[in-house]
Formats: sequence, structure tokens, C-alpha cells
Amino acid sequence: MGKKLLLANDHVPGIQSLDVYSKHGGYAAVEKALKTMTPDALVEEVKTSGLRGRGGAGFPTGMKWSFLAKPEGVPRYLVCNADESEPGTFKDRYLMERIPHLLIEGMIVSSFALGANTSYIYIRGEYFYIVRILEKAIEEAYAAGYLGKNILGTGYDLDLYVHPGAGAYICGEETALIESLEGKRGNPRIKPPFPAVKGLYQCPTVVNNVETIAAVVPIVNMGGAEYAKIGIGRSTGTKLISASGHINKPGVYEIELGVPVEEFIYSEEYCGGIKNGKKLKAVVAGGSSVPILPGELILKTAQGEPRLMSYESLADGGFATGTMLGSGGFIVMDETSSIVKNLWNFTRFYHHESCGQCSPCREGTGWMEKILHRIMDGHGKQSDIDLLWDLQKNIEGKTICPLGDAAAWPVASAIRHFRAEFEAYVNNPGSIKEVRHYYSVNNLQPA
Amino acid sequence: MPKVTIDGHTIEVPEGTTILQAARMIGPEVAPPAMCYYSKLATSGGYCRTCIVKVTQGSEKDPRPMPKPVASCRTTVMDGMVVENKTSAEVLEARKGVVEFLLANHPLDCPVCDQAGECHLQDLSYEHGASDTRYEFERRTFDKIDIGDKIKLHMTRCILCYRCVKVADQLTPGRVHGVINRGDVAEISTYIENAIDNEFSGNMIDVCPVGALTDKTFRFKSRVWFTKPVDAHRECSSCSGKVVLWYQGAEVLRVTARKDAFGEVEEFICNTCRFDKKQTADWVIEGPRKINAHSVISANHYEADTVNPGPVTPRLN
Ligand SMILES: Cc1cc2nc3c(=O)[nH]c(=O)nc-3n(C[C@H](O)[C@H](O)[C@H](O)COP(=O)(O)O)c2cc1C
Ligand code: SF4
Ligand code: FES
Repeated sequence: MGKKLLLANDHVPGIQSLDVYSKHGGYAAVEKALKTMTPDALVEEVKTSGLRGRGGAGFPTGMKWSFLAKPEGVPRYLVCNADESEPGTFKDRYLMERIPHLLIEGMIVSSFALGANTSYIYIRGEYFYIVRILEKAIEEAYAAGYLGKNILGTGYDLDLYVHPGAGAYICGEETALIESLEGKRGNPRIKPPFPAVKGLYQCPTVVNNVETIAAVVPIVNMGGAEYAKIGIGRSTGTKLISASGHINKPGVYEIELGVPVEEFIYSEEYCGGIKNGKKLKAVVAGGSSVPILPGELILKTAQGEPRLMSYESLADGGFATGTMLGSGGFIVMDETSSIVKNLWNFTRFYHHESCGQCSPCREGTGWMEKILHRIMDGHGKQSDIDLLWDLQKNIEGKTICPLGDAAAWPVASAIRHFRAEFEAYVNNPGSIKEVRHYYSVNNLQPA
Repeated sequence: MPKVTIDGHTIEVPEGTTILQAARMIGPEVAPPAMCYYSKLATSGGYCRTCIVKVTQGSEKDPRPMPKPVASCRTTVMDGMVVENKTSAEVLEARKGVVEFLLANHPLDCPVCDQAGECHLQDLSYEHGASDTRYEFERRTFDKIDIGDKIKLHMTRCILCYRCVKVADQLTPGRVHGVINRGDVAEISTYIENAIDNEFSGNMIDVCPVGALTDKTFRFKSRVWFTKPVDAHRECSSCSGKVVLWYQGAEVLRVTARKDAFGEVEEFICNTCRFDKKQTADWVIEGPRKINAHSVISANHYEADTVNPGPVTPRLN
């Protein structure tokens, strides 16, 4: 069994209540941090732990915290990004539903470390029922003296609010999130200035993912150095993986970073192998935005070494033969899946979610979707494949926020690794009528 | 003061200058095209991506190149920065891609569009675009909206540069229009077709790079290149009163603000000057207006006084 730091108690009955949570060691990190540590020491501890952002980009959290500007007399804010809208990613939801107090505890400790007296959890609108769970937990925490004025008699004040979005993927991008939190249209800001200097209400702000903030709790409890021993290389600690697709046991798994991908897919502890004894065709390893990899390349790197579930190993080979850990949305596709139809689905999503500020993303995502639709409709042309390639290239790296890249990478990787399937659809449109679902059908098998 | 080199020209500029501003200081021949940036409007720029350039050296201290092309209008110059604009095939290729995106859903109705001849999108496509389209789908359309009695909004032509929103924000009190909806159905709107009715709203027409916002008192009266621009001014209590009168024969067909070599308004004017003063007797005439040579307007009459923006960028195919 791998080590469990976040989900160790997720099945304890009543763990959603502060009582049960405390009986299982909950709020020890708040006691320890606020009573025995200074904010700077906490930031150092997180730096030592090697924790990297779990929201997708994997930026070292301690470093991000130390970049926070600290001008005199200006408030600082911590905002938790609970907008979780990346297709294939559903780990934050599980964590907040099951152990809401872990997030609240992480928010208190992290806010203290950053010197924030007001913090927000920005949660996606569709998670309205989780808003109620979190608000209940916050109420309990206030009652127990973990929130509010003079927490545990230490003189530290903190108010914590849950703010629901209206259901837009783009509001997960940190500056769009800040705009939305301010009550404006959720358009990403043009950077610089970065949130660490001018964020919420033009004040220094840190935005962190739910899982990142939750991970601060075990880091405080066990110490950064102990935490850094878990995992592999610069991928320290544990990671929640949302596993979905053609596997026997879909769900949220906490893994120690460094588990071989093969073990993750096939072992009984995790996904339990491919459903119905089918063969593995492809995996999207980190949420819909990251490049799709064919079975051979996800199990082994181009050098033939076993691929591991870590930031470095998944990225091995760059985009030519590698991918990214991203937000840990692990989508498995068996031999019957249609890569092109799945891509159409993803592209439709990015088209729908583009905020429309910058021209490459606004016009390019819709255009790509229309071409993919045409191919799946049986009217594709050979030149459509090259046009798709050009369009993704003209979007990538030329937009205000990374949503443009997120829309471009799936298209690029599908063509890179599965061009034959596009060609088969274009040359033999009759075969497309066999494709009935995105994921499970008797699809044609291009050579 | 930081020194920056753009396409081989080195210039020293004040701290905080953007690459685009520095390039404009060197001259129109090195300035990247800008469809959304507007030097007179704070926080403008960054949206259209036509001004993207390659930074091959970040600064003297950190000479690493920037990994991605950057929007020159929103990137400040660092000392020792080296930038490639028109000298980089990669930049021209990327810009061509941006133009293609801007045109993908554009109606290309130039023959019936009042902006034709002074349209930045026309100029941009001519210099940087491809000669035919690869977009084979139905183009997006919107209904035309009257915003107030003087301005027509034809959203179908809009490239969402946000300039008019910033005019409304920064020049006029109580903004009543903005962007609604998302992605490629986002539109400039007054939400419930509220009239825009204040003294400076007419400037939205001038800052619009395309024919999305047009002057209803001029719509369909003439092609701009058949009219003659004349500088004129009057005593005005709300603006500078410095304008251009566009004549056909002895008749003033429209009044606009004066624009510089980059197509930007020099001084914003009020609606009284723009819409209500259409008699020669209302004005003190200064003389013929110099027009930037890259514009179609100058094709007919103004060769002698034109500002030459330099050779047209080499075409990529
Ligand atoms: C389009 C887009 C959507 C995003 N959605 C989320 C999200 O739902 N949750 C999240 O934590 N981060 C999301 N991010 C990443 C955030 O911008 C930001 O990097 C992250 O919240 C930082 O937290 P971390 O350092 O803890 O990972 C998104 C980024 C983009 C560009
Ligand atoms: S890349 Fe897309 S989502 Fe991001 S700012 Fe530009 S248009 Fe909006
Ligand atoms: S002018 Fe720079 S992005 Fe539009």
C-alpha cells in the first residue's frame, strides 16, 4: 500500500464533522503552526517539502509563497482555487466532499504563513452542494475558535469565505478567478503584473489549488524534510489522481509520486486493469489539456524505460513522445475508442469555454471544432488534417492565458500520434457510422 | 534609460516604455501593427495579438530569449533587449496566422462598408494576410443595433479590440455598454439596447479599427476616398475643437477627430463638433489634411503630402 497523507481517513464515518476530524488528528497542524512557528518558518518548511502546485502547472509552492509582495499597510490574500473544471479531473471535489476540514485546516495554516487575514475559497458553480458542506465546516471551525478573531489566543485573525462561481472553466485560470471574485466578467488579466504583486483588489495574492493547500497540513505535521522523502526526485509527496475511462475501478486514488504507470493502470490497488479484458489504446494522463499518448508511450518512455507517475517522468521526451502530469486527470482509452471523436469532444469544450478576449483562441477553437465535426460527419478532407495542425500551431503560445495552449495540445498530440486514424476517417467515411460513443464502440482499427 | 534594439535599430527610451512604443519612436517602418492597443486609452492592448514580436535577448542582465512570442504593446522594454519584428520570418508567419483568425469570421463586406479605405483590418490583411481563406464554414453574424441616434453597431464586423469599451470607461461618465457572452459569440452590446447618449460617445467610432461602429450621419453617403479631408477648428467649450472635415464638393459629409501616422486619434472630440457642426461656416479652415500613405484614401489625391510608411512587408507566399 502506498502512503496516504490526504485520504488516510476518508472512509471514517462522520469525518465531515469537526468532532470526528479532530479525533483523528485534525487541526493539529493549526495548533502547531500558530502556536509554535513563525510565518517565515512555515514558508521555509513548505519550500523544504518540495511541494509543487497540484492545479496543473506544478510550480513549487514554497517559491510561489516567497514571491508574495509584502508592502506595508496593504492586505494580502490567499485564494483557494476550487474551480476544478478540467475534463477528467474530479479530485478536489472528492477531497472537499469527504474531508472538508482538511481544506479548512490547510487554509488556516497557509493564510497564517502568508499573513492573510481574509481568505477565499472560489468554487465552481456546479459544486453548489459542496458549498453547503464547506460552509458547515467553516461554521464549526469558527465555533471551535479556529477561525475569527484571536485564533487559539495567538492574536492571529482570519476570516474565511466560500465564493461560488457561475460555472466557467476559464474562471479556474488564476487571474480570471480573481476578476470573477471581484464581481467582474471572468476574463484573464494580461500579465505582468502577477497576482503575487497585484492580485485580488490590486493587493498581493496567492492562488493555490485545493489539493496544494490540503497538502500543507501533513507538511506541517510531519515536517517538510519528512514529506520530501516521499515520492521521487523533484516530485515529492503524494498526488490525487482522478482515474476514469475504460478501467475496472475508476475513482480518485492517492498515489505516492513515482508509482509506475503500468502498476497504476493494471494493479488491483489502483485502476484494476482495462475493462472487459480489452487492450490499452491511449491515455490522457493529466486532464484534457495535456497531450494524449498511445499505450506504448505511456507505459514506457521513448528510451524504453518504465514511465512513472511523476512530473519529470511523464514529461520525458517533451511533447514529441511525452506528456504532463497536469492536474492528474487520468483518462484511459481502450482499443475500441475513437481518438478523433474524443478530440472533437475536447475541442468542443475549449471552444465553449474560451473567454473570447484574444483572437487566436476565440476564432481558432471554434474553427478546429468545426473541422473535427466535419471529419466525424464523414465530410472530412485530407487537407483538413494539415489545416488542423496549422491552426493549433497558430494558437499555441500566442494567447493571453494558457487556455489557448490547452486547446492546442490535444489537437497536436492526436495528430502526432494518431494521424492514421484521421486519414482512415477521411478516406473511408463509411466506417465512421460504427463510432457511436466517444469512448466505447467497435471502432475501425487503422493499421 | 533602457536601450532596446528592434529590427537592428537601437534606441534609448524612458523606463516603462513598451516594445511597441519604442518601435513607434524609431518610426512607422519598424512599428508592429496594432489593432487593439491605443496609446490614449489606459489598459488597452493585449487582445488582438497582431503586434506579437520575438524577443531574442531578454535584457543585458538576462540575455536569454523569451520562450514565446510576446505582445509588444504590453511588454515593457528592458535594458539590452533585442527584438525581431519584420526581420523575423517566424514573426511574420505567426502574424499571418493571427490575421487569418481575425478574418475567419469577418464578413469581408468591404464593398458596402463605410470603413473601407480607412480600415485597419483592410490594411493589415493587405500587408500581412494570405490572399485567400481557408475558412469554409458559415460566418458568424449578429443583428445590427442602433446605439443612440448617431451610432450604428454592426457587431458582425467587430474584432473585439475592446477599444470602444475603454472609451466608454475612460471618456464618458456612466458606461452603459460592454462585452456580453463568451468566446466567439461574445459581443459588444448595450445589453438592453440602451442608448449611448453622452457628449463623448462619438469617439467610439474613431477608435473602432473596423466598420463595427459607424457614424449614422455619414453611413452610405460616400466612399471615404471620394471625400477630401480638411483640417479645421472651432472654439468649443467641451473639447479642443480640432477636427477633420470630410468634403464632397462644398458639402461636409462628416466630421472626425484628427489621426496620427499610426491611425490613432490625436485629441478626442465632442459630439457637438462631430455631429452638429456640418457647415463650413461653423469652422475655421486650416488646409488639406495629410493622410498616411498606406491608406486607400491617399490613393487618389494626396501623394505630395503623404507620410511614407516604408516598403510593404515582403509577402510570405
Ligand atoms: C484555463 C485554465 C483553467 C484552470 N483551472 C484550474 C482549476 O480549475 N483549478 C486549479 O487549481 N487550477 C486551475 N488552473 C491553474 C491556475 O491558473 C493556477 O495555476 C493554479 O490555481 C495555481 O495553484 P497551484 O500552484 O496550487 O497549482 C487553470 C488554468 C487555466 C489556464
Ligand atoms: S486564451 Fe482564450 S480563454 Fe485565455 S484570454 Fe485568450 S481568449 Fe480568453
Ligand atoms: S495591439 Fe498588441 S495585442 Fe492588439
